[in-house]
Amino acid sequence: MVARTIVITSGKGGVGKTTTTANLAVELAKIGKKVVAIDGDIGLRNLDVVMGLENRIVYTLVDVVEGACRLNQALVRDKRIENLYMLPAAQTRTKDAVTSEQMCEICSMLSDEFDFILIDSPAGIESGFRNAATPAQEALVVTTPEVSAVRDADRIIGLLESMEKRGISLVINRLSPKMVKRGDMLDISDVVEILSINLIGIVPEDEAVITSTNRGEPLTFQAVGPAARAFSNLAKRILGEKVPFDELEHMNNKGILGHIKKLFGV
Amino acid sequence: MAFLDRWFDRNKTKDEAKERLQLVLIHDRTDLAPELLEQLRAELIKVICNYLEVDDKKIELGLEREDRTVALVANIPVKNIKRYIPNAKNK
Repeated sequence: MVARTIVITSGKGGVGKTTTTANLAVELAKIGKKVVAIDGDIGLRNLDVVMGLENRIVYTLVDVVEGACRLNQALVRDKRIENLYMLPAAQTRTKDAVTSEQMCEICSMLSDEFDFILIDSPAGIESGFRNAATPAQEALVVTTPEVSAVRDADRIIGLLESMEKRGISLVINRLSPKMVKRGDMLDISDVVEILSINLIGIVPEDEAVITSTNRGEPLTFQAVGPAARAFSNLAKRILGEKVPFDELEHMNNKGILGHIKKLFGV
Repeated sequence: MAFLDRWFDRNKTKDEAKERLQLVLIHDRTDLAPELLEQLRAELIKVICNYLEVDDKKIELGLEREDRTVALVANIPVKNIKRYIPNAKNK
C-alpha cells in the first residue's frame, strides 16, 4: 500500500480546513479505505476536538519526532469506525518543533500502512503550512465564497504550484444558496473563474456542522443533511468517481441556482 | 433575474466582490519580492553589459500595471555600443 497524501489548506483561518479534514477522513473510512488524519497545527490543535478524540491522546506528533514514543503509540484509533486513525499535534509546543523533513519522514512511515494520509494544515503561509504541505503530493484548497478567503486561497494556490504539487483541487465551503440566489454571494462559477483550478467539492452552509462539532462527532457519521451529503460526494470524487457537478455544465446563474435547488431541496 | 434586479435598482453585492477580488489579485499575483527584483536587475545588467555600455546608476526597473495587464518596464540609458562580439574577446 502506498498512501495518497493530501494536505488540506486554505491560507485564511476559519474557513473549514479542520471540518473538511475530519469529515473527509470519516467518509473515506466509511468507504473502506484505511485513513490517518494528521493535525498539522502544532500549538493550536483542533482536529482532536472536531473528531471527538481529545480524551484519547497520549502521545503527539512531536513526541514521535523527538523519539519519546513510537509512531504507533501516538496514533489514536477511532473506535466508532474501522480504519480511521488520527495523529494529534502537540498543544504546548510551537510550529518550530518539527521540520518539513521530519513531517516527510513520518508520512513515509505511515505510507505503507494506509490508503490515505490527510494533513490538516494550519492557517497562514509560514513554516506550519510548509511542514504540512511538503509531504503531500496533492492538495485540497478550502475557501468560502468571500473576498478575503478567495484572495488567500489564490496566494496558497500560487505557493502550492511553486512547490510543484500535481493535484490541487478546490473545495468551496459554507456556500449559502439563499445569498447566491439574491446575488449577494460569489457563486461557484465566480470563484472557479477567479482561482481557475479544478473544483472538487461544494459544501453548503449547514447548522449541522456546528452541532456535530458540539458533540465531537463528525457530521458524516450520521449521513443526513446537505453538508454531510457534500462531504460524502467529495470523498467519492477523490476516489475518482464521477459524481456530477451540474453547475459546471451550466455556468450561468440560472443553471447553478437550479442545481443548488435540486441539491438542497430548496 | 438580472433584468429584474435592474428593474428594482438593486445592486448585487457579489458583482462588487468579484470586481474587487479580480483587481486585488492582479496586484497580488504580480507583486515581486524586492530581493527578487534586485536579483533580476543585477542579472539583467550583467547580460546587457556584454553588448552595451550602460549607465547602471540611472537604470529604472519595475512592474507596471495597466488595467488587467502587467509589463516589466526598464529604462536603461546607453552610454556606448560595443563594436566587438563579446565571446570573441578571450580568443
